[in-house]
Amino acid sequence: MSNHTAVSGVAIGTVDGPRIVSASDAILPRDEAAVPPRSLLVAAAFWVVAGAVTLFWPNIQEFARTSDLAVAQWILALLLVAGYGLYPRLGGVGRWFGVNAPRLAGLAALLSVWQIASAKIGLWPQPFIPPPQEVLNVFFIDYERLLSSVGSSLLLLFLGVAIGGIAGFVTGLATGWTQKVGYWTNPILRLIGPIPATALIPIALFLFPTSFSASIFLVALATWFPVAVLTWSGVASIDSSYYDVARTLGARDRFLLLKVAVPGSLPHVFVGLFMALGSAISVLVVAEMVGVKSGLGYYLDWAQGWAAYGHLFAGLLVMAVLFSSLTTLLFRTRDRLLVWQKGEVQW
Amino acid sequence: MVALEQPREPIASTGASLDIDNVSHAFDLDGSLLRVLDSVSLKVEPGEFVALLGPSGCGKSTLLRLIAGLEPPRSGALRENGEPITGPHPSRVVVFQDPTLFPWRTVWNNVALGPEAQGSLKRQRERVDATIGLVGLTQFAKAYPHQLSGGMAQRVALARALVNDPAVMILDEPLGKLDSLTRLTMQSELVSLWRSKGFTAILVTHDVEEALFLSTRVVVFSERPARVKADFKVDLPYPRHRGDPRLAELRRESLALLGLAASW
Repeated sequence: MSNHTAVSGVAIGTVDGPRIVSASDAILPRDEAAVPPRSLLVAAAFWVVAGAVTLFWPNIQEFARTSDLAVAQWILALLLVAGYGLYPRLGGVGRWFGVNAPRLAGLAALLSVWQIASAKIGLWPQPFIPPPQEVLNVFFIDYERLLSSVGSSLLLLFLGVAIGGIAGFVTGLATGWTQKVGYWTNPILRLIGPIPATALIPIALFLFPTSFSASIFLVALATWFPVAVLTWSGVASIDSSYYDVARTLGARDRFLLLKVAVPGSLPHVFVGLFMALGSAISVLVVAEMVGVKSGLGYYLDWAQGWAAYGHLFAGLLVMAVLFSSLTTLLFRTRDRLLVWQKGEVQW
Repeated sequence: MVALEQPREPIASTGASLDIDNVSHAFDLDGSLLRVLDSVSLKVEPGEFVALLGPSGCGKSTLLRLIAGLEPPRSGALRENGEPITGPHPSRVVVFQDPTLFPWRTVWNNVALGPEAQGSLKRQRERVDATIGLVGLTQFAKAYPHQLSGGMAQRVALARALVNDPAVMILDEPLGKLDSLTRLTMQSELVSLWRSKGFTAILVTHDVEEALFLSTRVVVFSERPARVKADFKVDLPYPRHRGDPRLAELRRESLALLGLAASW
């Protein structure tokens, strides 16, 4: 594989002249495809040491799955060594490990600091900040409840963001498009929009028949405002010459709305959606903590109530991964829909 | 490519006549009235290529917007082939100084804008292909505007106008922002398009040489509010040569009309 690429690279260079070779060299050194980065081995060493700290340094008290964690850390070290050996064959996966090797080494160091401070010398008070193996243990003993919490939160979030997003888009489009609508929506947006949706949790919980519908309303409201305002500003920001061009080419109002205003405002709409996702997640988690009897927020509240601190950290970890993935998904969707844009923030 | 293989259309057949009758126009600026056009009257014959010259900001572009039907005049009347102009129509298309391509549409979809807006795209797909070929961008049909150079983008804007088979081409400094080499090339392309298609062309430009090289007739405007100051024919056959002594002579006269005689 690597030999083949190198050879064809040389062939292109000799055919097209020396400038091509130097240009491609500047972008991607020919060696990079073949030679694995040393940082992979350094990272592997970090994980070996981290595993040794976990296993051989005695705990100050009994903790579950200490040896399992050590084994997991060594397995990761082995994977890194294997990645070094098979680097040229791994392609994209290998490059991902190569790029992230220093970060993985840093993660090993952080885990060891946590391990030592909580389990080995008791600097961090127990049981409030349990060591990583206790958190790992939660995933084994409580995965069913965690999974159902994830499912419940995702359902509420999806329904609320979908309803609020569509409502916000329509509100913003109508506000930006016709003055008659703007006359009424403008004061509503200005008055209700800035209220944090969390402040409406008490009212929503007793106005709605179920806590399920109340949370969907709250998430939808938190989504509606930023999407509406940004869609509105997106429509307003479209250069009037686009409308002039379309009109001279025979476009009617319907075309101007659907084929000029809507696509032209989409970049702003996505900015609104990013802001909306943040506040939607925030209100959802708070609603789950104070009223709704399911979801990740409820899981955290429940864990705190029972002084199950390992569960608390496990729940937070799940949240981090879940909500980060949702943000990534939104970015990917935008990149696909807005390929015509360039120079946007990479996630 | 396809278009070149078709038989040439007869010259000066599809153009419309324009009748600008005593048109005045003004804008409201913070309560005060800014007069931009002052009783402008102009008759344009079908297939003519008229260049409008005048000082910067004198109201030439406003006149083009009125001809396009994007705004109604404060007073006076505009007619196309004797019919009053009441709004925009695809028989009168505009090419602006900025290409104003829709950034979310590919080159092909930008050119297809007119047929799509008029609901005739299904019948016109080949015509869109042919027009993109006519401006030499077949290979870039799937490119997005941000991937094009300034000259290419303006070619797409020309194709987007031409695909509607306009009777009047309204050219608002279409080459104003191009580099000088691209500009010279596109001037020649514009002349050959006009000669093969036969539309009536109204060009606003600041470039006296461009006006003389392209047009059959030059109208010189005064400072704002714009009045017609001079109106003369450029009686030279096409294709023209930039070194023609008659062009140099006309250029000296036009510059004198624009109050720049001192530089000659």
